[in-house]
Amino acid sequence: MNRIQTKLQDNKKLLSIYFTAGYPSINDTVSIIKDLETNGVDMIEIGLPFSDPLADGPTIQASSTQALKNGMTTELLFEQLKDIRASVNIPLIIMGYFNPMFQYGVEAFCKKCKEVGVDGLIIPDLPVDVYHKEYQAIFEKYGLINVFLITPQTSDERIKYIDSISNGFIYMVSSASTTGAQSGFGETQTKYFKRIGDMKLKNPQVIGFGISNNETFTQATTYAKGAIIGSAFVKHITNNGPKSIKNFVDKILNK
Amino acid sequence: MENYNVDENGYYGEFGGAFIPEMLYPNVEELRQNYLKIMAEPDFKAEFDKLLKDYVGRPSPLYFAKRLSKKYNTKIYLKREDLNHTGAHKINNTIGQILMAKRLGKHRIIAETGAGQHGVATATVCALMGLECIVYMGEIDIARQAPNVARMKMLGAKVVPALSGSRTLKDATNEAIRDWINNPVDTHYIIGSAIGPHPYPDMVTKFQAVISEEIKWQLKEQEGRENPDYVIACIGGGSNAAGTYYHYLHEKDVKIIAVEAAGLGVNSGESAATSVLGKEGIIHGCKTLLMQTNDGQITEPYSISAGLDYPGVGPMHAHLCKTGRAEFMAATDADAMNAGLDLCKLEGIIPAIETSHALAIFEHKTFKPDDVVVVSLSGRGDKDLNNYIDYFKI
Repeated sequence: MNRIQTKLQDNKKLLSIYFTAGYPSINDTVSIIKDLETNGVDMIEIGLPFSDPLADGPTIQASSTQALKNGMTTELLFEQLKDIRASVNIPLIIMGYFNPMFQYGVEAFCKKCKEVGVDGLIIPDLPVDVYHKEYQAIFEKYGLINVFLITPQTSDERIKYIDSISNGFIYMVSSASTTGAQSGFGETQTKYFKRIGDMKLKNPQVIGFGISNNETFTQATTYAKGAIIGSAFVKHITNNGPKSIKNFVDKILNK
Repeated sequence: MENYNVDENGYYGEFGGAFIPEMLYPNVEELRQNYLKIMAEPDFKAEFDKLLKDYVGRPSPLYFAKRLSKKYNTKIYLKREDLNHTGAHKINNTIGQILMAKRLGKHRIIAETGAGQHGVATATVCALMGLECIVYMGEIDIARQAPNVARMKMLGAKVVPALSGSRTLKDATNEAIRDWINNPVDTHYIIGSAIGPHPYPDMVTKFQAVISEEIKWQLKEQEGRENPDYVIACIGGGSNAAGTYYHYLHEKDVKIIAVEAAGLGVNSGESAATSVLGKEGIIHGCKTLLMQTNDGQITEPYSISAGLDYPGVGPMHAHLCKTGRAEFMAATDADAMNAGLDLCKLEGIIPAIETSHALAIFEHKTFKPDDVVVVSLSGRGDKDLNNYIDYFKI
């Protein structure tokens, strides 16, 4: 069983953290992953930086730009991750845009993921139908889980289709927005969370976008298996440095 | 025969498609399901045609350029898109899309712009229809295209600087896409070129197709035949080219030439010649040829013309290039500037610098004396006066 699937069976709400590889400094990638695990994070999305991250707000855009300036590349990320499984056990997911993976070669990329111990991918601009038709067989060959997004505007029919293609979790975007644009959930969101919960999908849902503190984490995990924090974490290490991870995670988990 | 139009899945050969985040899916899908139906409605067509005639000033003349023809010893016709309201072909598409947006019930319009021509054309139709208009423009372009920024403001648009990345056209496009993600219900995004996720390249092409539709009957009147030997257009994203070629794509006897911006030279490192320098990849929602690093990061092109410095090319054109249906050529800054000035002196027409790239190929390619060559004169040069002044020290 894939580490993501195993983790989803844990009898607890999951905290997943996104950060941009190669940010703030080029060699921070591995130590950030280790610190996140040590401090109780359940799953990590490693952001592969892209020049034109069109689903991201200013915080993650800026971290991507800086990471690229620092010299981050696909090859270097795999190099940094090559011994990661000697010390890290939680699921690792690479989150990035499709073009860098396409240039690397989708099969070569998937093969590398398996080699270093990456468990899954989130590729916002690879639509589910293209994945299904052209790439699903490759992902499955290398035991990778591809995670798809749904939004409040996604129709029930399409959610069911996405659920049928998925074999890990569904990334439930809390509101129609780029990353880092929202803070806090209102009635519209909770209604949407409930609606999806009532659909009794085969894959658990993890909520992302708009989660930045203990309150929003608790709210989100009332309705879903877990929650993903991205921009708030990137902002935190921008302001406090990558050594301040414990402080951030403790606050989220109210430790 | 090879099909050069879009197929039912939104592809031109291997190019095209809709590589969009799920957040955009409902909007793009709504458009995909409705655009052909709406365009076929008699009252849509009637309103579109009437506005093109009474507001834009169509048909634009097909003008036989006598002195230019004499210089190059061939028969050159200029399709005068520069005489359209707002000074370029861009308005054909914005008229079409604003009518589309109204029928889809959208009341907030967003657009991206590089040099400002598409921004002005969008602001214009929003004023015409009384709709809110937000135009994203790279911070650097705002500084170098001040008159067009003022025009957009006078027309009631809000101009928002794109501060991310290289702060030019591709980043303005990213910002417009982000806006659309954040406003998924009431907003229509008017893309200005034959790029973006399906159905945009096809929709923009079909709105611009009026150019070649007119060339056909105008040439028949003047030359006794609908088909020229060559159609030529400059190409950045490729909307004027798409419209100029459209009705000739499957006419084998019509040769198609696309002229890209070579900047300081195709291999100088300062160029926008995507067909030569680009590789297959994904940009702004479609698979096409684009300029990028080996690592798949999109690079910043260069051209003296702000309308041609886009790192990609529309998927239809990528297919025309790959199949050899179109011949791709490139003109440098210097080629283009000289050709532009030449047209001023020979024909009394000041062309946009984008357009000057198309004119520049007469120095590099020889045509037969009885060849009929139609060049899309996509825009007028008023917006480029400062560039011409600086370049020639006028």
